[in-house]
Amino acid sequence: MAKKEADDRFKRFGRISFTAITRANDFIGYLEEGKVMGTRCKECGAIYFPPRSDCFRCLRSDTEWFEISGTGRLLSFSQLNYGPAGFEDDLPYTIALLDYGEYKVFGKISKDIPYEDLNVGMELRTEVDTLPNGQLSYVFKMP
Amino acid sequence: MGRVGIIGVGQSNFVRGYPGSIRELAFEGFKEAMEDARIQIKDVDASIIASAPEYDKQRSPAGVIAEYLGLIPQPTFCVESICSSSSTALRMAYSMIKSGLHDIIAIIGFQKMSEISSSESQERMGRGADIQWESPFGTMMPAYYAMYARAHMARYGTTQEDLARIRVKAATYGQMNQKAVYRRPVTLDMFTDPESTMSVTVAKPLRVGDCCANADGSSCIIVANEENAKAMCDKPVWILGLGAASEAVNMAGRDLLTGLSVGIEAGKQAYEMAGVTPRDIDVAEVHDCFTIAELMAYEDLGFAKPGEGRDLITSKETYREGSIPVNIDGGLLSKGHPIGATGGSQIRTIVLQLRREGGEMQVKNPEIGLVHNIGGVGLYGNVTILGR
Repeated sequence: MAKKEADDRFKRFGRISFTAITRANDFIGYLEEGKVMGTRCKECGAIYFPPRSDCFRCLRSDTEWFEISGTGRLLSFSQLNYGPAGFEDDLPYTIALLDYGEYKVFGKISKDIPYEDLNVGMELRTEVDTLPNGQLSYVFKMP
Repeated sequence: MGRVGIIGVGQSNFVRGYPGSIRELAFEGFKEAMEDARIQIKDVDASIIASAPEYDKQRSPAGVIAEYLGLIPQPTFCVESICSSSSTALRMAYSMIKSGLHDIIAIIGFQKMSEISSSESQERMGRGADIQWESPFGTMMPAYYAMYARAHMARYGTTQEDLARIRVKAATYGQMNQKAVYRRPVTLDMFTDPESTMSVTVAKPLRVGDCCANADGSSCIIVANEENAKAMCDKPVWILGLGAASEAVNMAGRDLLTGLSVGIEAGKQAYEMAGVTPRDIDVAEVHDCFTIAELMAYEDLGFAKPGEGRDLITSKETYREGSIPVNIDGGLLSKGHPIGATGGSQIRTIVLQLRREGGEMQVKNPEIGLVHNIGGVGLYGNVTILGR
């Protein structure tokens, strides 16, 4: 019998992924389809982003995916002039946090938006981003 | 059950590139604390080692260090809450003594940041928070604190200059602290002088001057039950209150971006246990890994109202002669930040202050002191209140 292949899709997340195997691997499948998804507990309706495979509120592991849509309010951001190993070529880049009301999304600001145009409180949307090396991520863009 | 007292404190010099092994480094803080406590090795009936293991080559350092210090066959173990490890160890020691399980415990915090190469260190820095969902974006510790700084500025009008003033204060006392890694003066002008390293942007809006330096170092705190503390020590310092809390590792899981929830929660617990209010604190050590962290601590601990932390520093109320002296030993900004040793160093400073042994850094007649020690980006928080 052939050895079962490990589902290590998560190694494709971001410029460098430090995780290969997670039960939330379908997140990567959805990124391939152009969708950024979170999870919702089928039992109690709790909403999770980043997505979780397990609900600590009701201790069930039965979740469904929902798409991050519309815009979120920019809560804060920072442009890095120094980065960890492997990110140097991308500098400077800007990390940020968006508030979608029921959940928040942590990620990176698209380089389409000049740093000077960023303001706490502005609305941004989340979009899938395919990196030059084929890795999959998401960025925040103007609505 | 009686009180728990601190009967000995010690720390090594905090340095760049300690020329020795981790066990030799640990010995330096331990020796000073043992000489301070004037007790014998056999009096110590357990040890707790505080270290962030990602910097250690030695697997499970507790046993190795306990053996080197002559603390076998007494029980030993390692505790870790990153930068807050030695305060967590103090919490463990307190409960082990209060339970009657042990009488005298040595808490040995250490970190030899230079144990790993700078490229290994750079790689680990990328894994400082949520490795699954945040590190793939290229996050770094300064950038997370920079996000707090940006949020604080947007909401309250705090400025880069307010933050720079905190570094200027730290350097004022860092120059007096012979154990500090950074002992040069820092002026506000340096933050706007392109020729000065202090002005170099790390993660907007934080500059080099807003960030503490890595350092190698060790610290040691020896705690005892009331009976032993009174019998063995002329000037025991008592643990009056302890608070501890945790927070979501991912920024997306957090509601507050203008303060650290763990500092607020741990502070509340410690004040309640000690039966004191922020106004009763005569001297404080707060976790200033970045200038914004000290400013938020003013507010999180109730020394200032939310948004008014900047007034405390601009009016110099947190200087040695002010109404609430903070980090009068130079703080992490000047002393350096050897992760596992940091909390022990903060505790040592407050103990020396309460014993009126602060030397040039001594504030006037303090009775009650506070230690605020944060792990990660507000992931863990410990607040300890000490009294004479």
